[in-house]
Amino acid sequence: MPRIVVDVMLKPEILDPQGKAIVGALPRLGFTAFSAVRQGKRFELTVDGEVTEEILAQAREAAETMLSNPVIEDVVNVEVVAD
Amino acid sequence: MSETPLIGGATLAPVDSRLAGARIGVVTFPGTLDDRDAVRAVRLSGATAVELWHADTELADVDAVIIPGGFSYGDYLRAGAISRFAPLMTKIVDAANSDAKLPVLGICNGFQILTEAHLLPGSMIKNDHLKFLCRDQVLRVENNTTAWTNAYAAGEDITIVLKNQDGQYIADEKTLDALEAEGLVAFRYMGGNPNGSRRDIAGISNAAGNVVGLMPHPEHAVEAGYGPGHTGTDGLGFFNSVLNTLLGDK
Repeated sequence: MPRIVVDVMLKPEILDPQGKAIVGALPRLGFTAFSAVRQGKRFELTVDGEVTEEILAQAREAAETMLSNPVIEDVVNVEVVAD
Repeated sequence: MSETPLIGGATLAPVDSRLAGARIGVVTFPGTLDDRDAVRAVRLSGATAVELWHADTELADVDAVIIPGGFSYGDYLRAGAISRFAPLMTKIVDAANSDAKLPVLGICNGFQILTEAHLLPGSMIKNDHLKFLCRDQVLRVENNTTAWTNAYAAGEDITIVLKNQDGQYIADEKTLDALEAEGLVAFRYMGGNPNGSRRDIAGISNAAGNVVGLMPHPEHAVEAGYGPGHTGTDGLGFFNSVLNTLLGDK
C-alpha cells in the first residue's frame, strides 16, 4: 500500500521546549556534537490503491487545515512513499 | 443531573426566576474533565445549566456556552485540534460570529479549542519548564467590558486555580501588538509568569467581547471552603458577568 508522508515542524521562530529538553539530555549519553534539537511530527496516510493527483491534493489540504496549526507550525514535506 | 450539592453544604443562590431563565450550555467532549464543575458554577450563579454533547447538532436554545477544561481526545494531534471539528463546534462558531453574538467562554482546554477553531488568535504550546503546574494563581483583570468579565473592576486582582501542561500562550508579535492596542488582553498573570506565556497573557477576548478564553479555572473558585486558600470565590464573577450580559444589566 502506498503511503503519503506529511512532516510538520514548529515554525522556526517558535521556541520548542521539548527540543530544548532533548538537547540538554544528549550530552549525558556522550552525544556532544549537537547544539540544538527541534522536534517535529510525521504522519503516514495510507492509501488503498494508486495515489492520484487528487488524493495528493487532499493530503496537502488535510496537512494545512488539520494536521498542522498554521499559527505555530509549518508543513515542511508532503511526499508519496511506495512500499 | 438534577442534584447540585455534590460536596459539602453548597449555599445556593436564592431561586430567582429571572436568573434561572438564562440557559448556559456546558459542552462535554470525550476526555473533558471539568464539565461538572462548570455546571455547578452555573447553578451557583443562579442560572440554568444545560448539558451539551460534542456530537449534538443543535445548541438547545442556550443563551451562552462554556467549553470547559480537560483533555479532549487525549490532547492527540494538538490540544483542542480534533475537538474543534466536532459537529457542535460548527454551531458554536457560527453563533459566536453571528449578529446575536452568543457569549462563549473557553477555559483551559476550552481556550485551546477556541484558538484551534480560530475564534481567538494565537495558540498554546507546552509550558516553558515542561512540567504540569497546579497552583493558586493571581490574575489581573485587564478588560472588564467583555461578556464574561463585566462583574469585575478594571485592574482588579483575582485568585483562581491554574492547572495545565500546555499553557504557554504564543502568537506572533503583530498579533500580540494588535491584542494590546485593541484592549483584547482580558487577563494577565501576576506574581511571576507561570509558563512562559507571551506578555504574561492568561486570557484574551475577541473584538466583540462575547468570546473569552483563559487558561486558569474560574469554575474551581466559586464556593467557600473549596476554592483557592480554601475560601476563595473569585471565579464567580465570570458567571455573574454573563448573567449581567444576558439580562441587560451591563
